[in-house]
Amino acid sequence: MKKASKHLSLAVLLALVLVASGVFVRGHKVHAAGEGKITGSVKFTGTPPHMKGIDMSKDPYCAKIHASDPAHIETVVVGAGGGLENVVLYISEGLPASAQAVPSQVPVFDQKGCMYTPHVLAMDAGQTFKVTTSDDTTHNIHPLPNPMTGNIPWNQSQPPKAAPVEKSWKAVEMIPVQCNIHPWMHGWFAVIKGPYATTDANGSYTINNVPPGSYTVTAWQEELGTQTAKVTVAAGGSASADFTFKGK
Amino acid sequence: MRRNLLKWSLITGAAAALALPLTSSAQLTNQDLAARIGTDAHVGNITGHAKDAAPPYRRYCVGCHGPLGDGNGENAVWMPPPMYQKPRNFQLGIFKCRSTPTGTLPTDEDLFDAITRGFDRSNMPQWNTLSKQERVDLVAWVKHFSPRWANEKPGTPITIPPEPEVTAERIKAGRDVFARVQCWKCHGVQGMANGPSASTLTDDLGAPIAPFDFTEGSRPKCGDTDRDIYRIFMTGLDGTPMPSFADNIKPEEAWDLVFYLRTFMKQNSKEKQMAKQLGLKPVDPNAPAGQQ
Repeated sequence: MKKASKHLSLAVLLALVLVASGVFVRGHKVHAAGEGKITGSVKFTGTPPHMKGIDMSKDPYCAKIHASDPAHIETVVVGAGGGLENVVLYISEGLPASAQAVPSQVPVFDQKGCMYTPHVLAMDAGQTFKVTTSDDTTHNIHPLPNPMTGNIPWNQSQPPKAAPVEKSWKAVEMIPVQCNIHPWMHGWFAVIKGPYATTDANGSYTINNVPPGSYTVTAWQEELGTQTAKVTVAAGGSASADFTFKGK
Repeated sequence: MRRNLLKWSLITGAAAALALPLTSSAQLTNQDLAARIGTDAHVGNITGHAKDAAPPYRRYCVGCHGPLGDGNGENAVWMPPPMYQKPRNFQLGIFKCRSTPTGTLPTDEDLFDAITRGFDRSNMPQWNTLSKQERVDLVAWVKHFSPRWANEKPGTPITIPPEPEVTAERIKAGRDVFARVQCWKCHGVQGMANGPSASTLTDDLGAPIAPFDFTEGSRPKCGDTDRDIYRIFMTGLDGTPMPSFADNIKPEEAWDLVFYLRTFMKQNSKEKQMAKQLGLKPVDPNAPAGQQ
């Protein structure tokens, strides 16, 4: 009797596992087949704010790299044709839970020429990201989230040739990151939920892997704030949303 | 009518959720604290209870750390940086002196040690005059200000291998570590807190902060034993510019660095004597990597 019930519970467990994995696989497939995208561009109108040149003379290694082409702060980067770079686009409303699977690719935040590349790294909450260094000088990588969100600040050194630091963030938050050794180094970890994109030098973006539905898309820029737009994505289709940030 | 009510509660709820990340650090209320009054702490065989710590906290701590533990007590305005750092904001759950890795909560022992030891070059005195029980109660009280202890466990303390014998070779090897990871960028090549990045350092709240000056004769903030110094650079001082070097300094190298740092200190030591005999020169900040 005891043995029989043991077999029964094993069978039930097995059945449950099969059903659960079936749901997962099926859900995933359906979701992948109908996926569409959201594309568009982000422009800046008016006079772009002056991006100051950076004096790196405190660290001769950094200064030498930029000797012929001085680096500038990257708070508002406007390209040719008014395209706004480093704007993060994400779906702020309407995303079904099934489309919130955490991506497995590992975005990389590199310290190169005593600057952050990219200046803004977007990622999913829970997604593993990597901080690397290409520099022959010591950096400390020091993100400053608000600990009340569930994201906890940490501070790790990366001397020359240091191994990458791999981390992830728990909660949705725009997290400033800095290097205390090189006080001009400021960047962002843009932690969001669901599909996202960051604008390129022309201000263009494409958010892939968007299931059909109606959404609010938010464009976030570190200095200029956020803007939203409503879009509807058809199964396998492409919706578009353009944004314009005005200068003061 | 009911529908309207629902609609409004949804809207205000959404608004509150949006506002939360921006303002939450100032939102701690007496109700939150009352809900966490059951917090306890364990140090050795003593259990401390937050519920027993209100009288000593009011008597000894509230003047600086404030009734809500946010470091805004009435005395706080008299501690301007960089001469002083603001009293600790316990709500954030971020502490300098830990035995645990960067980004993790300290252990109860770490907080107990901080209360007992106090912080040199700050307004935080030693509280070793309080009974052990009172101090463990205060550890529980400090914890009850932050929601983090309800959601997270303290980090696993780092492993510190037994301290080896000081040798001239180890001091020289420590100098190589000092050069390689570039401690001098902030602390200076002679440990005088005058490295190229020293003058622009800020803490997590944006207030100016100075690196530790090994030569002025005061104790390091997290204690002055060799193990304490080892722990500082392998855990980092969270909330300050001092990062963790745990990924970049091997445990055996870490002891070498401790010995080399001792050679800077004003207090006489075996290391200082040995460095003198060796005729050890400060590292050259302009030397290429590996050619000190």
